[in-house]
Amino acid sequence: MAEHFVQSPAWGWYILGYFFVAGVSGGSYTLATMLRFWGGERDQPIARIGFLVAFPLAVVCGILLTIDLGQPLRFWHMMVNATPGNYGLSFKYWSPISLGTWALLIYSGLSFLSFLEALGLLAFLSGALGRLLNVIGSVLALFIASYTGVVLSVSNQPVWSDTWTLGGLFLASALSGSAALLAWFAHSRPDATSTQRRLLRADGIFALLELVLIVLFFGTLAAAGTLKLELAGPWIIIWILVLASLVPPLMDLGHGRPAVSARGRTFTASTAFIVLAGVFLMRLAIIFSAQS
Amino acid sequence: MAEPLGLFTDTSICIGCKACEVACKEWNQLPGNPPQFRDSFDNTGQLDAQNWRHVKFIEHVPDTPMTAGNGHAWLMMSDICKHCTHASCLEVCPTQAIIKTEFNTVFIQQDVCNGCRDCIGACPYGAIGFNQDTGTVHKCTMCYDRLQNNMEPACAKACPTQSIQFGKLADLQKKADARLGTLKAQGNPEAQLYGRDDAVYGGLGAFFLLMDKPEVYGLPNKENAVLPRRNNARSYFGALVTGVIAVFAGMVAFRRNGSDSAVEDGDGSRTTNG
Repeated sequence: MAEHFVQSPAWGWYILGYFFVAGVSGGSYTLATMLRFWGGERDQPIARIGFLVAFPLAVVCGILLTIDLGQPLRFWHMMVNATPGNYGLSFKYWSPISLGTWALLIYSGLSFLSFLEALGLLAFLSGALGRLLNVIGSVLALFIASYTGVVLSVSNQPVWSDTWTLGGLFLASALSGSAALLAWFAHSRPDATSTQRRLLRADGIFALLELVLIVLFFGTLAAAGTLKLELAGPWIIIWILVLASLVPPLMDLGHGRPAVSARGRTFTASTAFIVLAGVFLMRLAIIFSAQS
Repeated sequence: MAEPLGLFTDTSICIGCKACEVACKEWNQLPGNPPQFRDSFDNTGQLDAQNWRHVKFIEHVPDTPMTAGNGHAWLMMSDICKHCTHASCLEVCPTQAIIKTEFNTVFIQQDVCNGCRDCIGACPYGAIGFNQDTGTVHKCTMCYDRLQNNMEPACAKACPTQSIQFGKLADLQKKADARLGTLKAQGNPEAQLYGRDDAVYGGLGAFFLLMDKPEVYGLPNKENAVLPRRNNARSYFGALVTGVIAVFAGMVAFRRNGSDSAVEDGDGSRTTNG
């Protein structure tokens, strides 16, 4: 059984906000790239929306990370070694925060280019070069959406360090939430019905993946003896809400051809809200339970 | 590099006077936290940004009267940053604010730290605290300024029973071995050294003689004394596998081919369910 005598880093709402926004930004960029590569002409408006969403959220990521620091004006110390006499770039591949800082920086730049391209301002990125940019950007986007879980695991905190599942869990939930968000955007466009259906189908698969990872997460905590901490007090209610938020996408998956009708089970803004709330609450339960 | 220096804390002769705490606060100009009354002689609580030394009281208060020779020891331990050879805090610090000094101690550069607090969650001993006023993290420096001027740390200087001893690490280890031998010979089978050898974080710059198991003192035992980076590979691998499955799922969900595409693209309107 794992024993922990560590103190809490007091990571609170800014970090929770960052984990959530990073997930939605990375997820949106990845889904937009998938739609661009594997979708048809009708899917491209939603792909463009995905790129338009990803960059502003990446900017929010940087802001949240910076204001969470005890010395916000020293944010650049993450990238530059400020030790007197030992100046140079600071990069520690074994420190997820260090790796994530560089990944976020590069991802922000690439998502900015994709943002401009989606606005039609960079014509030279509409061809093969743009696709190459999308692939590289998506690799980084997947990293941004998942490494936040690794940051937690690479510690000695109870719960966080007792499992290997957080990176995958955060990624699956980020993709699920992003698919729901883009499906909501598609809902308002009459020409994007089939795109919405595809997004809901993808959302169902991501939700299933997330459910499997939640089971694995609980299993690893049970083996380490820290499951009680994760489910103590209010956290069990939060987890019930998280599981409830998986129901709409899993139902869509069960239907095979997700319904988008006003007369049938309707996909609405509230459905997207429920899925996104689940993404947020899952991170909330994991971040705060281990520090309580 | 100078010869490694260290602190050896012999808990068997600690009397809980807290002179070490006071001396530490005086020298390092730590105002301390507001006083708190606890159900204990321990009114410090824990190591943090204001308490770089903390005398722990492990108060075995029995529910029923003990018979002669069947009582419990009331343990005391003057706790401190362990100055690990393989330090978890130094490992995760993204700004490289945490460094090893020429004395092989672990030091936080206050002008480099940006207060991300990753080290707090990594330190297995809870030795680091965040100071709201400075916006940075703090812990014992082993009186680095005193060491640079050939002086011993304030806590060791103040300790009236020599429970805290300072010196060259190799010399302290010999003293500790001799003291352990004496205690064992006196009939203390539970007595043990903690951090004397490399079994715990490659050896500790501040190591202890304990009178019970490490867990009793709130110290991780050999099996639980693990570095954060142990989770790097498996966590990234979990994320990678999830990412590959997700990309494959996206390909299945988004690819337009066959009748599916024809039906959906052909109508251009919203379909109903049933």
